[in-house]
Amino acid sequence: MNAAAARRVDRPGPLVLVMVAVAWLLVVIGLPLATVVVQALAKGLGVFFGTFRQPDAVAAIRLTLLAAAIAVPLNAAFGLAAAWSIAKFEFRGKSLLITLIDLPLSMSPVISGLVWVLLLGARGWFGPVLAAAGVKVIFAVPGIVLATILVTVPLIARELIPLMIEQGTEEELAATTLGAGGWSVFFRVTLPNVRWALLHGVLLCNARAMGEFGAVSVLSGHIRGVTETLPLHIEALYNDYDFAGAFSAASLLAGLAIVTLIAKTALERAGAVNPSSRGFHAP
Amino acid sequence: MAAFAPSPPASWRESSPLPGFGLALGFTVLYLSAIILLPLAALVTRPWQHGVGGFLGAIFAPTTLEALRLSFAAAAAAAAANVGLGLLIAWVLQRYDFPFRRVLDALVDLPFALPTAVAGIALATLYGPRGWIGGLLEPLGIKVAYTPLGVFVALLAVGLPFVVRSVQPVLADLDAAYEEAARTLGAGALQTFVRVVLPALGPALTTGFALAFARGAGEYGSVIFIAGNMPGVSEIAPLVIVGKLEQYDYSGAAAVGVAMLTVSLAVLIATNTVQTRLSRRGGP
Amino acid sequence: MTLTIDRVYKQFGRFPALAGVSLEARDGEFLTLLGPSGSGKTTLLRVLAGLDRPDHGCVFLDGQDFLALSARERRVGLVFQQYALFRHMTVAQNIAFGLDVRPRRTRPPRATIKQRVQELLALTQIEGLGGRYPAQLSGGQRQRVAVARALAVEPRLLLLDEPFGALDAKVRKELRDELRRIHDATGVTTILVTHDQEEAMALADRVVLMNAGRVEQIGAPWELDDAPASPFVFAFLGETNRLACEVRGGVARFEGFTAEVRQPAAADGRGTALFRPYDTRLDASANAEGLPVRVVDVRGRGGVRAVECQALSGQRFIAELPQSAADRLEVGQRARLTARRVMVDFADTEPVRPRAPERLAPRERRPISPSDPS
Repeated sequence: MNAAAARRVDRPGPLVLVMVAVAWLLVVIGLPLATVVVQALAKGLGVFFGTFRQPDAVAAIRLTLLAAAIAVPLNAAFGLAAAWSIAKFEFRGKSLLITLIDLPLSMSPVISGLVWVLLLGARGWFGPVLAAAGVKVIFAVPGIVLATILVTVPLIARELIPLMIEQGTEEELAATTLGAGGWSVFFRVTLPNVRWALLHGVLLCNARAMGEFGAVSVLSGHIRGVTETLPLHIEALYNDYDFAGAFSAASLLAGLAIVTLIAKTALERAGAVNPSSRGFHAP
Repeated sequence: MAAFAPSPPASWRESSPLPGFGLALGFTVLYLSAIILLPLAALVTRPWQHGVGGFLGAIFAPTTLEALRLSFAAAAAAAAANVGLGLLIAWVLQRYDFPFRRVLDALVDLPFALPTAVAGIALATLYGPRGWIGGLLEPLGIKVAYTPLGVFVALLAVGLPFVVRSVQPVLADLDAAYEEAARTLGAGALQTFVRVVLPALGPALTTGFALAFARGAGEYGSVIFIAGNMPGVSEIAPLVIVGKLEQYDYSGAAAVGVAMLTVSLAVLIATNTVQTRLSRRGGP
Repeated sequence: MTLTIDRVYKQFGRFPALAGVSLEARDGEFLTLLGPSGSGKTTLLRVLAGLDRPDHGCVFLDGQDFLALSARERRVGLVFQQYALFRHMTVAQNIAFGLDVRPRRTRPPRATIKQRVQELLALTQIEGLGGRYPAQLSGGQRQRVAVARALAVEPRLLLLDEPFGALDAKVRKELRDELRRIHDATGVTTILVTHDQEEAMALADRVVLMNAGRVEQIGAPWELDDAPASPFVFAFLGETNRLACEVRGGVARFEGFTAEVRQPAAADGRGTALFRPYDTRLDASANAEGLPVRVVDVRGRGGVRAVECQALSGQRFIAELPQSAADRLEVGQRARLTARRVMVDFADTEPVRPRAPERLAPRERRPISPSDPS
């Protein structure tokens, strides 16, 4: 079976198509990116770097890193556990489980934040219980972490599940007959076989966790220096008409996005991972 | 030596020599319940705090209805437009070779990786009255920022990669033999495309549409900066939820949330049906 | 070290994969499980390895309840059909795996493990490949690694599941001889599953012929050849001619000739006779007796030829004749067919349905010599 090869553009028809496509891509994706860079540097490098020295900005960066540092490993553990049970065993209810795992992908981020308010907020299900215990979740850091976890739950699992299904159970069975116990089989046989897909998933999960806006916005309380993540801080600066500041902070996240893209492409190019036509998500 | 073990009962799972099933599945279900199911349960039960009447009242309030209409209509329109645009871009990236093709291919993924707040302020600035594009359109009387058109434009950017990435793998796997056969039978380039290639891409295009629509309907960060957010005009549904939360109208917020989820679910089921039907008709 | 399998039964859904299998393997024996697909041989192997649990029955190894042990505890070396080598480990790491994962108490020191790996590389004749990855090896080499890996843990049983299936004929034969050599060198009790009858007969001390989840016969290869226990065994183990007959007084009677019946004390009755090409005779002389046939094809090289012939009913037979006899026959020539020794299948009384008699294709005729009849 031969796939159609890419042809050189030598006739007017294809040329027009290519030019339209390229132009559209540049306008729709390239221009916004350029805007970020240009606006960030609009008032000069001094203002650019100054943005990151503001204590509120530093706090925002720290909170963003914290949320990602908690969400990513937890979701990685979840992804591995879910993929292990789905790929290596047969049981009823598998497709229901997979559908549930995918659910956050089709939820608006605002809803992903709303659900936590309804569960743990002052007037939520556990509101009174938490208040009595003196634990503040909503409008505080724990809530932000929870929202971040929810929106990124499927990302690593979706990378691992198809791959582990494809790899089958033969190597694990061989390891068992050779005398390896459960954790041995997992760490020595299964994990090395999925390491690139895991890395791919971690990259996507991390980018999404750091960039999450809608879900976090709903339950953060927007308290500067305390419950602002970097995306929220960008919004705050923008609403204050500090455009250079907002775009400077934005360029940091844009830079992260580009690094993520490069790493992701490199992994896919090296054939280590199949391009994730499934890795769709909504920050 | 006549020990007869009793037959194992037919159970919900097959026994396996591999260890760790209980632990892995247990952790998975626990995590899923705590992170997804429990919060969702809180959402789904909340709108009924004031009964069905309360639920319907919250949704059919004029501004809310208008916001829902805007979110879904803009998402549908943008997704539909992206079906065409995404198809064009996927086709160009797969079938033609030109300088910087690989860079542009990687660029398609940017809306996935870029935080929505960043995209939001960039789009607002770009299409604002003094932006590079907004500034060009203003003298022509076309206002993009702070209008429903702005919402549409933002969703165009956001939904593009879904269609492109849905279509590309299918295009890449398409056997050249079908098109070659069509050509040898006398079909022109356009005819071949419409009659041979397009039907094969049907399911992928449907998937792309559904994903772009789902994303667009719920989109928040990319849109609120450019939208203007005037109730009844350019306010999107997610913003209504935020507003109700700020007013402590939890059941109202939940009602809108449930409404949004229901529509998304309906669209998902509809596109799955269309897709199954298209696949059954069978392409190459 | 004796392995005893007692009335093992396993069902998949409504399909009985093992319908009461019993057998014994002696210490150091090389058994082959032979049979058509679906006969249950792979299922039995998996039960022994601990990958599947039987519904009924027991397995004892030296009197110990084998089924009570988990797959991990059984110390059985299993060579998978697709080898299941650990793709991200080198050959040496693959082989050392079973020793590396032992708990610290029972794990040998690293130097010992290394030495054992070298020994096994030498035994399977792949020295020098220790640093390669499975993807860089040929099929035959991977097979050797799989065997070496299974042997590293000094298993009490070595189980192989159609290990040569994916290899081409020449490599297959080479590895087959290798495997027997390795078995003889290590003395480990070996059970090999195959559907290839030639392979099973060449390798085994004893062959276990299975069909539809049951054991049809167990015995040394020559025993199965000389004294097949049932028509199934006879038909499975070689080229078989079939002809309807009636047994009376211990003799199989056909139209025009009789034949000796293999089964001692066979009862009278109708049935189908099964006989080998080498027990089939063709006589083209004028007053020959036997079933009238026409010669259709003469095949083969060397001292023995296979002559295919066809009866009036359209039924075909193959006779194995020495070259001198075969040379005297031409395509299209009439002859008479007899059988010397037959096995009678009393369960098969339906007349064999032949294909429509074909028109014999014209063939180059050799010059007729004066001594040729008719």
